[in-house]
Amino acid sequence: MSDALIKVKNLTIKFPVKNSTSYTTVVDDVSFKINAGECVGIVGESGSGKTLTALSLLQLLPLSAVIGDNSSVIFNGNDLLSLTQKEVMKLRGSDIAVVFQDAITALNPVKTIGWQIAEVLRVHQIVKNKDIKSSVYKLLQDVGICDVSRCYLSYPHELSGGMRQRAMIAMALACKPKLLILDEPTTSLDVTVQAKIIDLLKDLQQQGMAMLFISHDLSVVSKLADYIVVMKDSTVVEQNKASDFFINPTSSYSKMLLSSLPNLKVQQKIPVKKENIVLVDGLKVHFPIKKGLLQRTSGYVAAVNNVSFTVNKGETLAIVGESGSGKTTVAKSLVRLLNATSGSISLNGIKLSSWINSKNGPWHRNIQMVYQDPYTALNPRMRVFDSIVEGMLAQIKSISRNDLIAKVDMLLEQVGLSLEYKWRFPHEFSGGERQRICIARALALNPGCLILDEPTSALDVSTQNKLLDLLLGIQEQLGISYILITHNIAVVAMMAHKVVVMHNGNTIEHGSSYDVLQNPTEEYTKTLLGSVPTINSLKEV
Amino acid sequence: MKVHPSFLVSDYLLWALVVAVLVYVVYVCKNRHLLESWSLIAKNSITMVAVVVFCFYFFICLLDSIHLRIDSKSYSRDQVSVLDLVLPSHMVQSETTYSAPLSQSLYVKSLLSDHAGNSYRGHALLLGNKARLSTKSLRIRQSLLILEGVIIGLALGLFCHILFLIIFSYKKNISIWSCFNNIWQGKTRFALKSFWLTMFGCFIVLSVMFLLSINYHVMGTTQVGVDVLYETLKSIRTGIVIGTFTTVFMLPFALVLGSMAGYFGSIYDDVIQYIYITLSSIPGVLLISAVILVMQVYINQHAELFPTVSMRADIRLIALCIVLGITSWATLCRLIRAETLKLKQMDYVAAAKTQGVKPISILFKHILPNVMHIVIITVVLDFSSLVLAEAVLSYVGVGVDPSTFSWGNMINSARLEMAREPVVWWPLLSAMLVMFGLVLSANLLADSVRDAFDPKH
Amino acid sequence: MISYIIRRIVYAIPIVIGVNIITFMLFFMVNTPDDMARMYLGDKHVTPSAISRWKHDQGYDLPLFYNSDASAIGHVTDTLFFNKSLDLFTFNFGSSSQGRDISHDIWQRMWPSLALAVPTLILGLMVNLSFALLIVLFKGSYIDTFFSIVTVIMMSISGLFYIIFGQYIFGKILMMVPISGYQDGLSSFRFLLLPVVIGVVGGIGMGVRWYRTIFLEEMQKDYVRTARSKGLPEFSVLFNHVLKNGSLPIVTGIVVIIPSLFLGSLIMESFFGIPGLGSYTLDAISQQDFNIVRVMVFIGTLLYILGLILTDIVYAFVDPRIKIGA
Repeated sequence: MSDALIKVKNLTIKFPVKNSTSYTTVVDDVSFKINAGECVGIVGESGSGKTLTALSLLQLLPLSAVIGDNSSVIFNGNDLLSLTQKEVMKLRGSDIAVVFQDAITALNPVKTIGWQIAEVLRVHQIVKNKDIKSSVYKLLQDVGICDVSRCYLSYPHELSGGMRQRAMIAMALACKPKLLILDEPTTSLDVTVQAKIIDLLKDLQQQGMAMLFISHDLSVVSKLADYIVVMKDSTVVEQNKASDFFINPTSSYSKMLLSSLPNLKVQQKIPVKKENIVLVDGLKVHFPIKKGLLQRTSGYVAAVNNVSFTVNKGETLAIVGESGSGKTTVAKSLVRLLNATSGSISLNGIKLSSWINSKNGPWHRNIQMVYQDPYTALNPRMRVFDSIVEGMLAQIKSISRNDLIAKVDMLLEQVGLSLEYKWRFPHEFSGGERQRICIARALALNPGCLILDEPTSALDVSTQNKLLDLLLGIQEQLGISYILITHNIAVVAMMAHKVVVMHNGNTIEHGSSYDVLQNPTEEYTKTLLGSVPTINSLKEV
Repeated sequence: MKVHPSFLVSDYLLWALVVAVLVYVVYVCKNRHLLESWSLIAKNSITMVAVVVFCFYFFICLLDSIHLRIDSKSYSRDQVSVLDLVLPSHMVQSETTYSAPLSQSLYVKSLLSDHAGNSYRGHALLLGNKARLSTKSLRIRQSLLILEGVIIGLALGLFCHILFLIIFSYKKNISIWSCFNNIWQGKTRFALKSFWLTMFGCFIVLSVMFLLSINYHVMGTTQVGVDVLYETLKSIRTGIVIGTFTTVFMLPFALVLGSMAGYFGSIYDDVIQYIYITLSSIPGVLLISAVILVMQVYINQHAELFPTVSMRADIRLIALCIVLGITSWATLCRLIRAETLKLKQMDYVAAAKTQGVKPISILFKHILPNVMHIVIITVVLDFSSLVLAEAVLSYVGVGVDPSTFSWGNMINSARLEMAREPVVWWPLLSAMLVMFGLVLSANLLADSVRDAFDPKH
Repeated sequence: MISYIIRRIVYAIPIVIGVNIITFMLFFMVNTPDDMARMYLGDKHVTPSAISRWKHDQGYDLPLFYNSDASAIGHVTDTLFFNKSLDLFTFNFGSSSQGRDISHDIWQRMWPSLALAVPTLILGLMVNLSFALLIVLFKGSYIDTFFSIVTVIMMSISGLFYIIFGQYIFGKILMMVPISGYQDGLSSFRFLLLPVVIGVVGGIGMGVRWYRTIFLEEMQKDYVRTARSKGLPEFSVLFNHVLKNGSLPIVTGIVVIIPSLFLGSLIMESFFGIPGLGSYTLDAISQQDFNIVRVMVFIGTLLYILGLILTDIVYAFVDPRIKIGA
């Protein structure tokens, strides 16, 4: 017990409720300890209180937060919660350092990286002023940045996501802290970049750095943590050594989390009839770059370069890629939110460009889209009923209110929501429920094909699987096709018949999901698949 | 004595505004989102004070907006408002010239004759004062009146309060005593304690002023003998008219053009931007003075349409509001355009587009309701700056007609009065105090509105 | 960068033309050249020949927009509008209706306007920034509440009150400074002291609130939390991080009005009798001297557009995230 680096005991944090005298408890009686050189992972969904627990160690909570009387955080013999501002400031950055989630917002946008890292050294007077620049150079090198001098002079927005996060880690390591707190350090990064950062952190771990790693992603935590703390709704549900935890979880919540972990084993799909719903041939979407006095087009950004695929009735085609691969651009061109530069898109055998004048009714009834962020996909000032019927009212000339209500009821049943929800406003619902409403809205026009743009990435793990099950059920029931846009390989494995892998606007590989995921042929696909942290790789721990 | 209503154009507009506000209140009650935001405002005690004070100002303005024509010998002015009828007649009559606040005689010396028939230079007594009292007994008499006023004010307030308690306890099904307790211990959901404290305060102040005005001039009189407090109260209407009509006139243009420029982009955006940059570049003073002059010419040429002085002044007031609207719509338009550009990126707009909803529908159903918070914040914020601007414009000479009662005109004449020996300070102080009250309550309300409606908070 | 500036200037030309047309129309809607002639000649000497002679001398005898008597391009060029506007674009301002050289007057009166406006701006900026930073540093304490109340009150008092009150107390009662008037050179200090102080005090309410809002918004951002987690003391966070980020909107707000400083504040100049460009314009409007008015409007428009362009350029320099033209 006495060799614990930091001991958190009975930590309770409360916030006052606005315009009232009562409080809400956001962290309730949390206790754990971190030994020297150990990595403790705190896992929980959003709202579980994990970030606030970590912030409280350095008194970084908002001013209105109230800490419980018998809470204590013992570090080096002192209770960190009762230190004065001056004493805490000495500790921050030097003994305990924090790496925050999203480097682009966590770094000062108008100061260079070099200046920001040097600032930590200056404040704690670790090195003499003349040695600061060389120290910063060394720190950047240690975190794996190649062009150190360029990085030193760059502003945060000029670097890639991965380099920014490395710079953040360098900044945290500047004063050689005893404990490194990492709050979702890889959540906003692409899978391949994430894998590299995890490797970097593993190196640090081997050098003996104690870490407090916070994440909602159990598979990422599993790569690094020696000890796991699971939090749900402000309390600790379970805590155990990592090896014991993954083999034998005790609480039902942990069991649920573990079972929701991605499984790259591809579900075998019943093959479908060859009936083309969507045919894309040689699609190119280029954005012009305008330069000069007369704004002449000097070049093009090829967001999508010669992509072709077909989707049959009742089939799911997954388009996989990282950010910038062009997959969202493909989706937007399919629903004409963006115009294709060349190539053809055909729905039900008829070219999209000729749908406007065709006698087959508007194209909107053939393909619809479910958007990524359920929080911005619904107008907060419109009731659920109005959001769902909006398309119907625009497409069908005259339809009675009773018919509309009947249709909305049918849709809500299909997506598993209570019928009385239709008179409520979006803010009354959780993310998962909102996404179901969006699905209902998309199905309102009876489309033959539904584009799902990252349907689960904004949701908690426990909700994700339920939503995917729902989508599979609807596909079986209605025989609808899906075009699934995602970066999450596990979702592909669960849902897709066919896969198209995209990178920088080009198709790298395509084929049946079984072929591509189990036996990838291209280098990029292999890297992509290898970067995904999964339960299979746990066996290596 | 025949009495018939003769409304001015601005009267019609003001009452139309009242109707529109009532319609909006009904709309808010049905819409839970908006109801919550507005309730946040009602929970803040300081804002409650500001709201009550503002409502009293507005009430006085409304009283002043019902004009009647009375065919009777005792009314020399062509049009009288209900406010004139409600105020003590002593206040409405004019003295000869300056008099200090709460005094019984004129400020300047003039030729008088005593009961023996000899002439001497002295301070003539004001109307309604039959005998000259000593200062001490004058002040005693006035203090008694103040005490009376306080008591009457408290009684009035208590009466309203008891009525309120009865209705409140009936609706909530609790006893009157517990209602009373809840309010005065500050346990109610809305800030009712401050509400009633302010109500009592206002009733007391108004009663005291009313009682004192029966025989004395509370804030003295002007150069032509008009009661200063009377002039100040009549100016409330001018201030509120300018503060509200200006925004009302420019609102539709800014909304429609701003959202069109943001949503449709390309040529619409270029043209609308061109229009508002050009308009912003012209010095406001020039635009206003030019339009006012044009108005004058028009009025002079069509004299038969505006038979009375008040109608002419009224049209000039409305013209001023229109011009101020033209010069100030650019800022709101720019804000709405910026917000529309942001909203265009929202997924629900994309979803509506994919479902084939027409652009006009998207503008009305998705864009406009989500820019309303900017509109509300701007409307309330601009109110106070417009009231202050009127004062400045009157000074420059392009404000309201000199015959209209306005704080600007009062301050304008006050400048010269400050140079007099002895100094005449009361018109300036009166205008400043009352204007300050209105502008301060509007500013406090604006702060609260911004906190409640800004989505960032 | 250069191409960006050139493009902005080109876009500005239609605006200047548009403003010119509107000014022209506004002015001549109110008085026709006949009315102007009558005003200057006085009612006594009014005969039709005197009027047309005056009009011819002043160049007002041409039709307003379209000359059907002239030939080809003369249709447009031999008009009042074209002639008067052409002079403007070549910066040939001519003389006022009373015969004074406008360019000379502008040059002379520019300095008093600047002498008043520039110190007010700089001093006001310093005072407002200091107070705002102080409030943010002590956020949540009594200083914060005190200043919130004081600024709302100061904002609700009309600027006219500050002027009149200031003139009365300092000029009349205390006799510390002259109430109004102006003298060139170093002695102008006496005359400028009061207006500058009053200008700064009158702007405290609005300015401090606005800067406080900007800084408070910045304090909510993530990078402030990171800065604190590095162990920086609060004032260091404020000065090294928040100030630079918050100064972006502040700088744009200031730069956009810099060119307009030349025109001076109409109100201050009138109240304090300072012979600047503001009072020049005001007098011209009331005396219906179109020559001066159109020149001042033209210059005003140019300066406004210059302000807009300058703002964009300065913003690009201050914010490393913005690249002009690229």
